[in-house]
Amino acid sequence: MDAQTRPLIVSYAPHIRTENSIEKIMYTVVIALIPSIITSVYYFGFRALSVVIVAVLTCMASEFIVNKIRKKELTCFNGSAVVTGILLALNVPSGLPLLMVVLGSVVAIIITKELFGGLGFNIFNPALVGRVFLLISFPVAMTAWPVPHAVDVITAASPLGILKTEGVAAIADITFWKLFFGEIGGSMGETSALAILIGAALLAIRGYIFLKIPLIFIGTTFAFTGIFYLIDPTQYASPIFHLMSGGLMLGAFFMATDMVTSPMMVRGQIIFAFCCGLLTGIIRLFGGYPEGVSFAILIMNAFVPLLDRWDLYSMTKRREAVK
Amino acid sequence: MRTFKKGGIHPPENKITADVPIETLPTPHVLTVLLSQHLGKPAKPIVQKGESVKKGQLIAEADGFISAHVHAPTSGKITSVDERSPNPAGQYSQAIIIEADGQEEWAEGMNIDIEYASFPREEKLRKIQDAGIVGMGGAGFPSHVKLNPPKDKKIDTLILNGAECEPFLTPDYRLLMEEPERVIKGLEIVASLFGEDLKVYIGIEQNKPRAIRIMKERSKGTPFEVVSLKTKYPQGSEKQLINALTGRTLTVGQLPFDAGCLVHNTATIYAIYEAVAKNKPLIERVLSVSGMSIKNAKNLRATIGTKITDIVEYCGGLKEEINQLIVGGPMMNKSQFTLDVPITKTTSGILLINNKELDRLREMACIRCGKCVDVCPQGLQPWRFVDLAQNRRTDEIPVNMLNDCMECGSCTFVCPARRDIVHWIKYAKAMNARRKG
Repeated sequence: MDAQTRPLIVSYAPHIRTENSIEKIMYTVVIALIPSIITSVYYFGFRALSVVIVAVLTCMASEFIVNKIRKKELTCFNGSAVVTGILLALNVPSGLPLLMVVLGSVVAIIITKELFGGLGFNIFNPALVGRVFLLISFPVAMTAWPVPHAVDVITAASPLGILKTEGVAAIADITFWKLFFGEIGGSMGETSALAILIGAALLAIRGYIFLKIPLIFIGTTFAFTGIFYLIDPTQYASPIFHLMSGGLMLGAFFMATDMVTSPMMVRGQIIFAFCCGLLTGIIRLFGGYPEGVSFAILIMNAFVPLLDRWDLYSMTKRREAVK
Repeated sequence: MRTFKKGGIHPPENKITADVPIETLPTPHVLTVLLSQHLGKPAKPIVQKGESVKKGQLIAEADGFISAHVHAPTSGKITSVDERSPNPAGQYSQAIIIEADGQEEWAEGMNIDIEYASFPREEKLRKIQDAGIVGMGGAGFPSHVKLNPPKDKKIDTLILNGAECEPFLTPDYRLLMEEPERVIKGLEIVASLFGEDLKVYIGIEQNKPRAIRIMKERSKGTPFEVVSLKTKYPQGSEKQLINALTGRTLTVGQLPFDAGCLVHNTATIYAIYEAVAKNKPLIERVLSVSGMSIKNAKNLRATIGTKITDIVEYCGGLKEEINQLIVGGPMMNKSQFTLDVPITKTTSGILLINNKELDRLREMACIRCGKCVDVCPQGLQPWRFVDLAQNRRTDEIPVNMLNDCMECGSCTFVCPARRDIVHWIKYAKAMNARRKG
């Protein structure tokens, strides 16, 4: 036998592992978001692209700095900061001053993620916290939605904003197809439902998201707004309008399904998604803000540890009962 | 197509020795026979240094109820009875060293054809016990104990485990292909220990179509049912195989006989045939020598006590320097720290590999993707156990869930953060045991 001089390495079983990795998952999500980026550039011009780039770079830089301060391994290239940056960018108006984009990204990464311990330990979705932080701090800039294809920068309210302030009659000329393809004012990523669905399909095929959460989420909002539409169509908008407008699609497919901040077990996921949908409906119809998806998801994020604990508890009980 | 209900994974099969016929490895000059080759207490040596022994002679006696006899694998001279030798199970243990005289002279009354059909039940069980047979799939549980369940447990199903779901390993497959008659006769012997209305299944995964065909042909005229199972790891686990074939689910703390089932691995059934029909103790076994770094991957019938260095030499040596030697399958078995370890009754394979995975084994934070929950065949929450174990809070893990884990490694295989989930579960089990003890 040839000389075996190298010492053998003892490691834990199993000795073979899947090809899957965090990087792979994160960069697949990035790819899934590309259709949305393309449509926002198509509608809002290169200003939109600059928002995306600034957000991504700031997120990665913030994570890099925190890694260095904490003397931890570099995690800024594993893709999660890129995903956070893109999602944040897609959640703000394309005309937002770039300094605000930087601020939102720093809040998202440093306060929401790294202060809690980094990837995997954050309770709230970083991109959503960044967005809500900006929305509360700069309400005017955050609701100045540029109109698609405008030559000069013209801003207008989003369909949901119009609905909130001017009532159902004002949104009569916004057709389903306009909403579906994204020919409306709104934040960069939430305008085109089609682009979001393409990305979501990719994630679902790869098995990185389970369609349970988004479908129940959207279904609940649809049903909730639908009930009120049936009661009084003159006062409430149709559920299809609610389905297609605002951040519902983006939120349901890309934010509520975030692995870190959603429940692990099926029952928890169902409750999580249902409550997200319900809260979205309530905020949209009766709340002060025109849009409720971010708040709904953030509120439910806080319940995730509780839902997980409950699942573990009832699994234990079930096993005791069998015995 | 039947398979078990919950979870499961599809690791790359890598059965590179599947089409290589079994070869007999010449008995080496020096044999290291471990006294602890089974689950339970090590056997007690009953021979002295300097004594001459014959092939098949009892050299160490079972010590207690859960223990097994050990026999001389060849004829020769005992040079030591308390040698300290590495054990593939992970630690050092006591071993008897035999210097072979090359005569291969059998002890009296062994390796002869016996008319066993008229043996009563007790006689058959005694022969199995005398032959020192243990579960050869890996656990090494003494077979005579398993075959003699408590009187109040009625056994209505006997299962031949031909799933062989671990990657690389092929000894059971080769036995089914090359020795189908003996396997079936062995199964008949085991079946005759139980009642008339016993249902007997031969469970083989569908990725072994030739073995399924051969067993179907050969089992014609017997009441045995050959079932093709949908390939999925860990099908070869007792609980999963029972679930796949009968639909019964074992709850926590239950053993197969609680569900009226008895599962035996192919190699064990073959050894039982040899013990009862030929009065041959368990002194050799079939194993796969495999992995990407061995020159000629082979299936060998090797004498127990042969060192892995001898086996590697027989197989043409190594193609390259290896960084890992695994005795058994890559999903559940242990990596070794030396090539100087002898094979035992439970060694179903030897893998010589240059494992690239080792460079990537760096635990990252759990991103709560839920993959471990999806694939767990026992329906557990592996991530939660790791969380608690890493924070030294093992007492908070519900005991009935922790002990339900059979350490199949599915969760660890799929984890994108490369967390050593099974390791932490083993750690938690050990910590809890120590606290109680």
